[in-house]
Amino acid sequence: MSKPYTLSPEQIARLKSHSRREKLHRTISYFSPLLLLLLWEICSQTGLIDRRFFPAPSSIAGTAWQMTASLEIFDHIWATMKRVAIGYVLGAVPGILLGLILGLSSPIRRVLGPIFSALYPVPKIAILPLILLIFGVGDASKYVVIAIGVFFLMFYNTLGGVMQIPQIYLDVARNAGASRFQTFRYIALPSAMPNIFTGLKLAAGSSYIIIAAAEFLGARSGVGFMIWASWQTFAVSRMFVGIVVISAMGYFTILLLEALERKFVPWAKH
Amino acid sequence: MIVHSDEISRDVSVPADAAPAIEVRDLVKAFYDVSGDRVTLAAANVNFTVKRGEFVCIVGPSGCGKTTVLRILAGLEQPFSGEFRLHTSAQPAMVFQEASVLPWLTVAQNVAFPLKLKGVAAKEQRARVAELLELTGLTDFADARPHQLSGGMKQRVSVARALVDDRDILLMDEPFGALDEQTRLVLQQELLRIWERTGKTVVFITHSVDEALTLADRVLVMSPRPGTIVADLPVPFERPRDVVEMRRDKRFWDLTYEVWRLLAVSPEH
Repeated sequence: MSKPYTLSPEQIARLKSHSRREKLHRTISYFSPLLLLLLWEICSQTGLIDRRFFPAPSSIAGTAWQMTASLEIFDHIWATMKRVAIGYVLGAVPGILLGLILGLSSPIRRVLGPIFSALYPVPKIAILPLILLIFGVGDASKYVVIAIGVFFLMFYNTLGGVMQIPQIYLDVARNAGASRFQTFRYIALPSAMPNIFTGLKLAAGSSYIIIAAAEFLGARSGVGFMIWASWQTFAVSRMFVGIVVISAMGYFTILLLEALERKFVPWAKH
Repeated sequence: MIVHSDEISRDVSVPADAAPAIEVRDLVKAFYDVSGDRVTLAAANVNFTVKRGEFVCIVGPSGCGKTTVLRILAGLEQPFSGEFRLHTSAQPAMVFQEASVLPWLTVAQNVAFPLKLKGVAAKEQRARVAELLELTGLTDFADARPHQLSGGMKQRVSVARALVDDRDILLMDEPFGALDEQTRLVLQQELLRIWERTGKTVVFITHSVDEALTLADRVLVMSPRPGTIVADLPVPFERPRDVVEMRRDKRFWDLTYEVWRLLAVSPEH
């Protein structure tokens, strides 16, 4: 018998190079937004844009450093983060559950579906005064307005995911003797997982939009409040620090969700 | 609790007086399409009996309702009228035509799925799954994801999953229909080997006359829609069978001709 064919170490290295390149691309992708900052710095330094309205990132960084050193910024970040996190969970959990339930049961979908369709188009910011009226100017009103925004995104994305489950998977479960709850847990939930993560990412983005607006109007703390208060006192650098901070919060939230997606949805393409 | 089947070599020919495992009487299946206001008769007056431990193939043109009959036996659809009796303690296990492997589970988890639903202890699950992976030649792929597998491998997973909780009746809906001829031949041989070891009652649907004669003890020929059984032909080849060698047998080609003639003269509707 002839010797079995084997690959040389160089050939194996060539095979592995593709996944190494992929890893490199992922690392670069974390830093690509920094390019935009660099462009801004150049434009501001060269006077291409008005420095009173668009201070250079380096001068904004100076302001940011002062606010960091005085720990002031962390109070605002913490206040905003807490509101977003609590509101997000309060909205996402019922959104996912109801999306799964309505997706699997067409009678419930027919009866309750129109209620959600009717409520969905209401702009969440438009009802903020109403929510402030009901829940007061404290944190509760922020949780509620975020939860409402997150709820609808999660509900519709999950519902869409469940409605797309190939019938064959439901047949497999039924033939294997799955109960209703088991079908829910072992078929509907994993099938809808890629859509749920799409919803989670969209919802994270809109959470920060909603919290910024909510803190403009009715808060004494938080990054949104800081932006609004800085604007009113024409502290433009402070305002930009706020904008950068809230953007960064959104950015890192999405990164975190993408990492979770890779962990929990390893079968989907990213 | 899993009752392991006795896997010592059994007499592979089914005795003529074996007890029936499946009895189907005057089965009718009709669909109503609301949008077109149309009634479709999928299967009309289907009658047949399958004996315990028998391997029966149903052949028929596409759309003749053979899949519908199988889905009714599997409990996935309700008949319109008529009756069927399954002499078994558990619902029959089904192997589907399309890729039915769950993409979010590994191969081993897919095979273990019915056991997991029944709440079988993890240790017992592992042992049983290892046994099935061995039987279907998947041991090296236990931790692979379905998207890494070929079509033939995926169907092996489906077969392993259908066998894992050891139900008496196995229903197979063109399981090898989407595979290339060579893979199909290999899987047919393996299915025969597994069937000879486990003694399951098998109802196997195919549109391939060749496949039916290769596998079955009896071939039921169905007419075009609305499908009904037009012939019940015994397949005389001794077991264990060699799927390649049996093609040298003249009887194989005589039977092929016979079935084709029946399919060709079935009245069109």
